[in-house]
Amino acid sequence: MQIDLRTVSITPLRQTYNHVAERLGADKPASRYIEGTMDVQATHNFHYRPTWDPEHELFDPRRTRLVMKDWYALKDPRQLYYGTYTQARARMQEVAEADFEFVESRGLAERFDDEARRTALDFYVPLRHVAWGANMNGAFQCAYGYGTAITQPCLYAGMDQLGIAQYLTRLGLLLGNQGDLEAGKQAWMQAPAWQGLRRVVEDTWVLKDWFELFVAQNVALDGILFGLAYREVDAVLSERAGPTVSMLTRFQAEWFQDVTKWVDAVVKTAAAESAENKELLGQWYARWRGRVREALAPVAELALGADGAAALERAVAAVDARMHKAGLAV
Amino acid sequence: MSNVFIAFQKNEESRAIVNAILADNPDAIVNEQPAMVKIDVPHRLVVRKSTIEAEIGRDFDLQEMHVHLITMSGNVDETDDEFTLAWHQ
Repeated sequence: MQIDLRTVSITPLRQTYNHVAERLGADKPASRYIEGTMDVQATHNFHYRPTWDPEHELFDPRRTRLVMKDWYALKDPRQLYYGTYTQARARMQEVAEADFEFVESRGLAERFDDEARRTALDFYVPLRHVAWGANMNGAFQCAYGYGTAITQPCLYAGMDQLGIAQYLTRLGLLLGNQGDLEAGKQAWMQAPAWQGLRRVVEDTWVLKDWFELFVAQNVALDGILFGLAYREVDAVLSERAGPTVSMLTRFQAEWFQDVTKWVDAVVKTAAAESAENKELLGQWYARWRGRVREALAPVAELALGADGAAALERAVAAVDARMHKAGLAV
Repeated sequence: MSNVFIAFQKNEESRAIVNAILADNPDAIVNEQPAMVKIDVPHRLVVRKSTIEAEIGRDFDLQEMHVHLITMSGNVDETDDEFTLAWHQ
């Protein structure tokens, strides 16, 4: 008996979903990010308006003053969907865990300089309350935003902030003890240096316009605060007492670099859409930049003394430069 | 002058690599086969790290490409930023 082997090429009838093919302009294979993001949110047949907000549909683009012809233009250059997001964060977390492990196993925390330890505890521990506020804001942007392309990474950023709050807590427990966490909360609630920042965080919680919240939280507050905390203060502590604190805040520093790519791309696309958007974004940025800068002045002084003001200015200038590059009139 | 070519297994990552190669080499001819994609280019083929990174949305080490590589022909010239195939006379 003779058996003939031959190759049969079976071409798929279609390469991707119709709605994705329409966006790509042709029926060609799309990345999983595109397939898992584009037009995912429901747009029709909502039937009833929410009783808690009868002015709007359940998903409604009018919950912000920003206007986009296509909300899916606000894509994430990191192409994070659930799969890639969890993998990317798992990698970052593995590295951060190894650093914590290193600090613990070599007893670096016990041998850390006491003055620098005090600064680190007084400055970083209360920031976990800021991170928790950012977590709330990320969830808000996701809940009231429009279009999966933007709401998806907003929630990721919110969840990351919860992780950051946990890393700050662990930093507090490693360099100090339970009492230092409680002291941090007392400082957050009562110490005059923190009240400005606390007011900013609490004011962002009651913003109704979710895109203004995006600018306030992800651009202004995160941009300036992370520049100050994980570049300026980190560099000073590292010079004074070695890189122990840098290792314990590694996740935040790397996360900030990562999230900056996304935030800048979103602002750039939204500003390029229309002159009205550009002006609106510029106003929002100017308002929140001013408030954050004012609120962070006493905090920068708490950590860096007389050098705090100059460090804060550098952090503000870095965000200004980013926004200028993204097309805002700064 | 003859073609140089490179072939990859078909998967999510190599799709981004192939798209980057097509963007950087306008004369490229794609040959899609079951489970494999082969790209022919006259004279010279260049693979750029920066183009792949824009396509794939993360940092990319050009060495990662070799995981998906099936075969290629041409003289290889490799740096951190570019991978080039050409026939050296």
